[in-house]
Amino acid sequence: MTAPRVAVLDYGIGNLRSAQKTLERAGADPVLTRDPDEVAAAAGVVLPGVGAFGRVMEAIRETRVDDIAHAAVASGTPFIGICVGMQALYESSEENPGVDGLGILPGTIRRLTSAETRIKVPQMQWNRLDLHGDSPLFANLPEDPWVYFVHSYAPEATDDVIATCEYGGTVTAAAARGNVMATQFHPEKSGRVGVQIITNFVELCRDPAWSERPERSAGESAAAAAAVQTPDPAWSERPERSAGESAAAAAVQTSDPAWSERPERSGKQ
Amino acid sequence: MTAAARVIPCLDVDAGRVVKGVNFVDIRDAGDPVELAALYDEQGADELVFLDITASSDQRDTIVDLARRTAEEVYIPFTIGGGIRTVEDARRLLRVGADKTAINTAAVRRPELVKEIATEFGSQCCVVSIDARRMDDADAPASGFEVFTHGGRTRTGIDAVVWAQEVVRLGAGEIMLTSMDRDGTRDGFDVELTATVSDAVDVPIIASGGVGTLEHLAEGVTEGRADAVLAASIFHFREHTVAEAKELMAARGVTVRPPQ
Repeated sequence: MTAPRVAVLDYGIGNLRSAQKTLERAGADPVLTRDPDEVAAAAGVVLPGVGAFGRVMEAIRETRVDDIAHAAVASGTPFIGICVGMQALYESSEENPGVDGLGILPGTIRRLTSAETRIKVPQMQWNRLDLHGDSPLFANLPEDPWVYFVHSYAPEATDDVIATCEYGGTVTAAAARGNVMATQFHPEKSGRVGVQIITNFVELCRDPAWSERPERSAGESAAAAAAVQTPDPAWSERPERSAGESAAAAAVQTSDPAWSERPERSGKQ
Repeated sequence: MTAAARVIPCLDVDAGRVVKGVNFVDIRDAGDPVELAALYDEQGADELVFLDITASSDQRDTIVDLARRTAEEVYIPFTIGGGIRTVEDARRLLRVGADKTAINTAAVRRPELVKEIATEFGSQCCVVSIDARRMDDADAPASGFEVFTHGGRTRTGIDAVVWAQEVVRLGAGEIMLTSMDRDGTRDGFDVELTATVSDAVDVPIIASGGVGTLEHLAEGVTEGRADAVLAASIFHFREHTVAEAKELMAARGVTVRPPQ
């Protein structure tokens, strides 16, 4: 099975090496890049990030990674933001008022606080995930998965939240909307659980249509989980991919009602 | 669950090799820090700390190579301390995959270094290591805990509590607090020191120095109010695994990440 090419967006900030190594371990062929063509040709895109929101946004804009990220999201390619890379996907942050985020996900980033108990900020520890729904990103995890967090801010609660943790209150740990996924924690530093999450993302890169399948929305997670384990190896060879016609992929991710009836789909059902 | 205490094995490294007699029989090369790191990861360690004690400057690159190899084989966070004097020193380690850098004497000598590292890479990368001793002479600082440098040999006249608050103000994201009175004694943490500093700052505290039993690890959290506990010899000499440490801590009511 060929390793899907995954573009790790390099805008000059952050420890990209850990993300790269974890993607390799998860069966991907990662490349650190901000070349628009290289990103457009990739089967998946990772937006990492550490440090202050404002500084990250400035670097993203200076390197034109903002345009690249918007194009990748619009193309329907599986896309994941990690830590401040997640926060960058939202509209704004309390950390740097007045600085616009990418606005790909609705909502704002808020500082960790607690009314009842004194908490230390940043949250710098492992914490247990509470999963909401059955996102493919969290297939095949152990019961009560623990992951590693380092952050002082987190996205406010929105409809996109797929996982939370408890830290002086309920904190957004992960979100997803269509082909866009995001984790506030660091899967690349979360041991075996983290490697499994990145492996799930790589499986989506092999077959991004997976999460859109009818049996997923019907909540038949067992079938969906099985599907993740048997990705379509021929998918990356398909004409609509190799020709780089991202419009086809975009149609998949938006709501083309006829899409699930298409001939190339029926072979997989 | 609000906070889970972290258990952190610490490895002293000289020219890329583990020092202090590490007594593992079931790994190929007991002197290889990366192999030990992988073993501790397997046992459920939450993080790892490597302290570089390499004296000779022409072998200083060995620690960068160690960070690179660790990042390739271990998927939990790790910190490198020792010999970091500039932002460039920190950058070289972070770029190859270290998650945090710990500075100690260099921060006392030039506190701006804390701010520089925190500004450049974020507070989460900036650990300040504080070595403290109890002092009760006329020159002792108000808290009774004084900062020492150069491996505990040099007195600074600085109050450990005031210094902790100062480095947090400068941007430190975490404090590794070692009792030089207890270090190497196996008598347990100085929990009074740990609790005093922990209560004085809002960033996480790693308690260090003196662990001889698993009970000591639990006490670091229950009495010392530490967020993480660091130990070397009880793990290195195979007296206990990290998993055993967590089991005991959980039995004492401390929340820990179960091995997964």
